[in-house]
Amino acid sequence: MASRSNVVRALRVPGRCLRLDARAGRTLTTTTTTSNGLPSAAYGRCAATASAPRFFSAATARHAKSTAEMYPSLKRDPKYAEVTKEHVAYFKELLGSSSAVIDGVNADAAGDIEPFNEDWLHKYKGQCRLVLKPGSTEDVSNILKYCNQHKLAVVPQGGNTGLVGGSVPVFDEIVISMARMNTIHSFDEVSGSLVADAGCILEVVDQFLASKGYIFPLDLGAKGSCHIGGNVATNAGGLRLLRYGSLHGSVLGLEAVLPDGTILNDLGTLRKNNTGFDLKQLHIGAEGTIGIITKVSIQCPQRSAAVNVAYFGLESFEKVQEAFKEAKKQLSEILSAFELMDLQSQQLVSKVRPDVQKPLEDDHPFYCLIETSGSNAEHDYAKLEKFLEDVMAKEIISDGVVAQDETQVKTLWSWREGVPECIGHWGGTYKYDVSIPIADMYQIVDDVHARLLEAGLVGDTDEYPVIGTSGYGHMGDANIHLNVAVRRYDSAVEKVLEPYVYEWVAGRKGSISAEHGLGLAKKNYIGYSRDETTIGLMKQIKHLYDPA
Amino acid sequence: MSALRILVPVKRVIDYAVKPRINKAMTGVETVGVKHSMNPFDELSVEESVRIREEKRAPGGVEDIVTISAGPAKSQDVIRTALAMGIDRGIHVELKEGEELEPLTVAKLLKATVEAEKSNLVLLGKQSIDDDAGQTGQMLAGLLGWPQATQASKVEFGEGDSVTVTKEIDGGVETVRAKLPMIVTTDLRLNTPRFAKLPNIMKAKKKKLDKKTLADFGLTSDKKLKILKVTEPPVRQGGGKVEDVGGLVSKLKELGAL
Repeated sequence: MASRSNVVRALRVPGRCLRLDARAGRTLTTTTTTSNGLPSAAYGRCAATASAPRFFSAATARHAKSTAEMYPSLKRDPKYAEVTKEHVAYFKELLGSSSAVIDGVNADAAGDIEPFNEDWLHKYKGQCRLVLKPGSTEDVSNILKYCNQHKLAVVPQGGNTGLVGGSVPVFDEIVISMARMNTIHSFDEVSGSLVADAGCILEVVDQFLASKGYIFPLDLGAKGSCHIGGNVATNAGGLRLLRYGSLHGSVLGLEAVLPDGTILNDLGTLRKNNTGFDLKQLHIGAEGTIGIITKVSIQCPQRSAAVNVAYFGLESFEKVQEAFKEAKKQLSEILSAFELMDLQSQQLVSKVRPDVQKPLEDDHPFYCLIETSGSNAEHDYAKLEKFLEDVMAKEIISDGVVAQDETQVKTLWSWREGVPECIGHWGGTYKYDVSIPIADMYQIVDDVHARLLEAGLVGDTDEYPVIGTSGYGHMGDANIHLNVAVRRYDSAVEKVLEPYVYEWVAGRKGSISAEHGLGLAKKNYIGYSRDETTIGLMKQIKHLYDPA
Repeated sequence: MSALRILVPVKRVIDYAVKPRINKAMTGVETVGVKHSMNPFDELSVEESVRIREEKRAPGGVEDIVTISAGPAKSQDVIRTALAMGIDRGIHVELKEGEELEPLTVAKLLKATVEAEKSNLVLLGKQSIDDDAGQTGQMLAGLLGWPQATQASKVEFGEGDSVTVTKEIDGGVETVRAKLPMIVTTDLRLNTPRFAKLPNIMKAKKKKLDKKTLADFGLTSDKKLKILKVTEPPVRQGGGKVEDVGGLVSKLKELGAL
């Protein structure tokens, strides 16, 4: 058995490696972060994930224009002070270690700071000159206390995998990177409660839990880079929300540092605690506007011993809905994911990764990926097979494949998880993460595409900014990702898309941001999904936590 | 040119993507409750046999493709996978749970099967990833007195029953030619196995699967080798981090490297 590793190595020959590594590759998707959706504060904006993933090759790497240039309407609030050498000296003294401060004030450190300034979609780029990496909750508290006193604006940052420009500075805010706070503190093998630092990488935590027979109740494409603190701050949804529910349910407690440096310790590990307001809930999805999450206590479910994955093609969105209904009925408790991908999204993946074998040779207008998780492999497989035979016989699905081993499970998942990365391959992506009542869910993709065609923005050559429009997402949660793949970010495209998309969604009582948060991208559009009273209350809460 | 009658042996092993754990008695690896799948090298031979037929590569055509697996009842799953990928029929030699065969016994079993099925081409994985013995194909060739080409990355058929095989060797490839009947063992560059499609998975259930026992072949699972102990490789010592070049230099001095 010792030489199994040799086989592993042997299996990675050219041509095969994509098939085997498909999931290991950086396939970023969802998580997020963002800026306060609430006016006023430059403090705010929390973080999702860490040292920025850079999977673009040099040939395709682009240098984004700074956010201030792209959006001249954004003005820096003059009430915030500029970072001076004295400030930097204080932080160096405070944090001690030289690796905890990236100083672009006293010296040119543009290269080192760039990953913290720019989001991975290359859409937003700040002008930060100072990055702080606290090593403890006390460090975070001291930093915020000082910044609050000296009116220095900050941006908390996790793995920087956010999709709405919430994890990067807009102007010269100080980046507080949580990357050094990455200790797993405790795990209760009986109850499944885990306590860990905010800067722990999701995949690392999940691997730790796997060794104990447990699973993190959240999974998303950016798992290899995103931080659990950022996940909680942005209330990330991801691939298994259908099964394990939202973080509002699974987070048991939090430790957070409030804007004035006060440490809020609500790090309980209890499932039940009905003693007054549940304040931690305010931090979940607040995107860092009312504090920086430093530790998380979370309820982790038992890891399923048996996982099966099937991938199939369908001829219409009506059939997709029927398949979803049948899946819920026939697979009920073992169904753990039901994902939708349209033909365009799969064609884009296959264009970017021509070496990866397509699961189905023929084209179908829609594809779905179903995952079942349970404790008994035979029972689950029999159930899945019966379901698939049934939907095949009723002609609900046109064709399909079932993974026969772990490697195929990963390959099939890569056709879903790889979509965001592949769509961004040619330059950039306009991403809209919306939830819409399921019957209308896909209509938005067709409508937006028609609108872009009409505006003459879509084409195969370089003069057209738009490459194509695609829709994919979490069918089980009525959440679709509308993506417009572009060669470059262009205000003409943006004008066609916004506020059209938001009006379209609001008209159907949907949400303009199902799981990505508001960030900078959607801050001004919150009114499409929340009424004045609600927004007013949010402002009051923000003011309560951050009066300055 | 004679029509091909291909025999494709497959083995059920712990899934390639699963990290095996050694059992408490240190006599082997833990197999209970662990995901099993078809040996990856056998997947390649299954795929190749089906492609030889689909691509009409053999001038004499392909008359029959049969797969065989010796193992516990659950080995039928990998036979069904092979059938779903396009193999015509299967043979399951049922062993008791935990009963294992040594390569020579497997080779004898395959020899008897080749004779009964009148096979003229045996496509085997070059090794199974559980015991990594890598002997079965070669032993079978010896027992049958047939030519063999190991670690194939390409298999071509010519006139007069000739088969040209490109083999993976250190630092390059080697091309050999022989006449049927022959033994070919498969290597990773040979092909990319397909996904099992739903209609084919359903059809596979109706394909013929013969059940046999070792006794039918006059064999037993007695072993010539005894496993004394199975252990993990020593844990790799972690590296250390230094703050800067100065730190690196002083560390190297401390270790006596400078």
